[in-house]
Amino acid sequence: MRTPSAPPVSRRPRSDYIGAAGFFAVLFGLAAALYAATMQVDYVWRWNRIPQYFAYQQRTELRAEADGEIEAVAARGDRRLITVKSDAGVHLFDAPAEGVRVAPGESVYAGDLLAVEEHWRPGLLMQGLWLTIQVSLIATLFGVVIGLFAGIARVAKNPFFRWSALTYVELIRGSPLLVQIFIWYFVLGTLFNSILAKNGLNQIPPLWYGVAAMATFAGAYVAEIVRAGIQSIHRGQNEAARSLGMSYPQAMIHVILPQAIRRILPPLAGEFVSLIKDSSLLGIIAIRELTKATREIVTVSLQAFEMWFICALLYLILTFSLSLCVKYLERRMVV
Amino acid sequence: MIAVRNLFKTFWQPHRVDALVDVSLSIAAGEVVVVIGPSGSGKSTLLRCLNRLETADAGHVFIDGVDVLDPKTDINRVRAEVGMVFQSFNLFPHKKVLDNITLAQRVVRRRSKAEALRKAEALLAKVGMPEKAASYPDQLSGGQQQRVAIARALAMDPKVMLFDEPTSALDPEMIGEVLEVMKALAREGMTMVCVTHEMGFAREVADRVVFMDGGAIVETGTPEHFFVNPEHGRTKLFLSQILK
Repeated sequence: MRTPSAPPVSRRPRSDYIGAAGFFAVLFGLAAALYAATMQVDYVWRWNRIPQYFAYQQRTELRAEADGEIEAVAARGDRRLITVKSDAGVHLFDAPAEGVRVAPGESVYAGDLLAVEEHWRPGLLMQGLWLTIQVSLIATLFGVVIGLFAGIARVAKNPFFRWSALTYVELIRGSPLLVQIFIWYFVLGTLFNSILAKNGLNQIPPLWYGVAAMATFAGAYVAEIVRAGIQSIHRGQNEAARSLGMSYPQAMIHVILPQAIRRILPPLAGEFVSLIKDSSLLGIIAIRELTKATREIVTVSLQAFEMWFICALLYLILTFSLSLCVKYLERRMVV
Repeated sequence: MIAVRNLFKTFWQPHRVDALVDVSLSIAAGEVVVVIGPSGSGKSTLLRCLNRLETADAGHVFIDGVDVLDPKTDINRVRAEVGMVFQSFNLFPHKKVLDNITLAQRVVRRRSKAEALRKAEALLAKVGMPEKAASYPDQLSGGQQQRVAIARALAMDPKVMLFDEPTSALDPEMIGEVLEVMKALAREGMTMVCVTHEMGFAREVADRVVFMDGGAIVETGTPEHFFVNPEHGRTKLFLSQILK
């Protein structure tokens, strides 16, 4: 006789546990080996010095400009307005309440400390990270626009558009990004800026040449992704749209592209993950993005091991959150 | 209504096929013409040449006196007057049924949203599936999809309807519902050109049957003439194969 029993519990095979244990063993083993190796060369890990490169407190001191007397310390919410009366006239100093170092009626001499103010400032690493995000975003934006038009041109009937797009794509994909950045900065940049200077106009900063290089580079890859996406839509869709009297652009906008976008999205996300990583090359034309900032910090602090790990981790956070965003979008777009 | 004069079309890819060889045909307004023939006989090509989905190599197609093959002709205006139904339905999968039917009305006919909706709902009722307005095409059966496709084409108020093997991709039990819609359309006096293998439909509805083989029209006549005493040997052979 069978006795009623609890519902069957799904049991993991023993090999799963062994595999997982092996994975963590190797992971910790590698970390330990690395640590042991750094001990061999007497590397001193100083993780406690790292946070200051994310954000640090800047201290500003307010000092009397001439001999005189504190006439008043007036409260204004959290802040205090210090009035100093001297032969040179009346001077006002604005300071946070907790930073005030004087009281009304005190005499002060020129150079005496009146108050201190401490501000949080973003460290070099944060500035670099922010610049990397900015450059990637702007380049992505332009890259998508360029790529969309170039991709549509790739499947156009008119040879002018088709050949132009093909030439652009092959030119860009056939040469290294590093070389393209150099060409944008040292060739085109020199030309533009010289012409601008001749006409008495302001120079374009290197940042924009970097963005242009990244955008045109990404655009070529996006163009191929868009072309593949459009061509993956069944011919019958275009025929149905055209048979209803829609023009080619109307069929593109209302029928082909909305379907193509769904197929384009995943490879597009991969392209932008690459773009974020490739932006690390911009350091060579004096754009202080994340990698360049890390290099500068390493030069000053000599904490090379910690800094490069942190740098890699920050890139990882950027790219991973981008993939998450796209996964979410993809789920939303599924009919 | 439709005049085809000495039409030629040759495909070169993947190898040479003479799809249309000197085809001429006239179709009057209100006439229902069924084109039959073995596969590869050029019947679909003929149909697709009528609204220039394929461009013929030589010859003329006139629809309502407009030269379809003339490069100066605004082909989009011609196509708006010529509805087409495909073997594989070709509904827009990213749009709901109702939006499938309103899209071209809005974009091509520039109708107001309310007018397009009214039209779409009326047509959906006509093809017998008013309750499916908010569904997506992939939630429908093949027969339902094809009926929506017919409604989509009718929404443009076409003067002619072209059917390219509309029931060939359907499961047998769904063929009837699509044919019923087509029969109703024929009774209303719509000018129709149907490429089909449904001999029952041809016999019942067609004013004229056209038999094609090897890219040419072999024989044409009324269904009675065609099915009872065909003249041509190839026609007899084809009918004996298909009607056994």
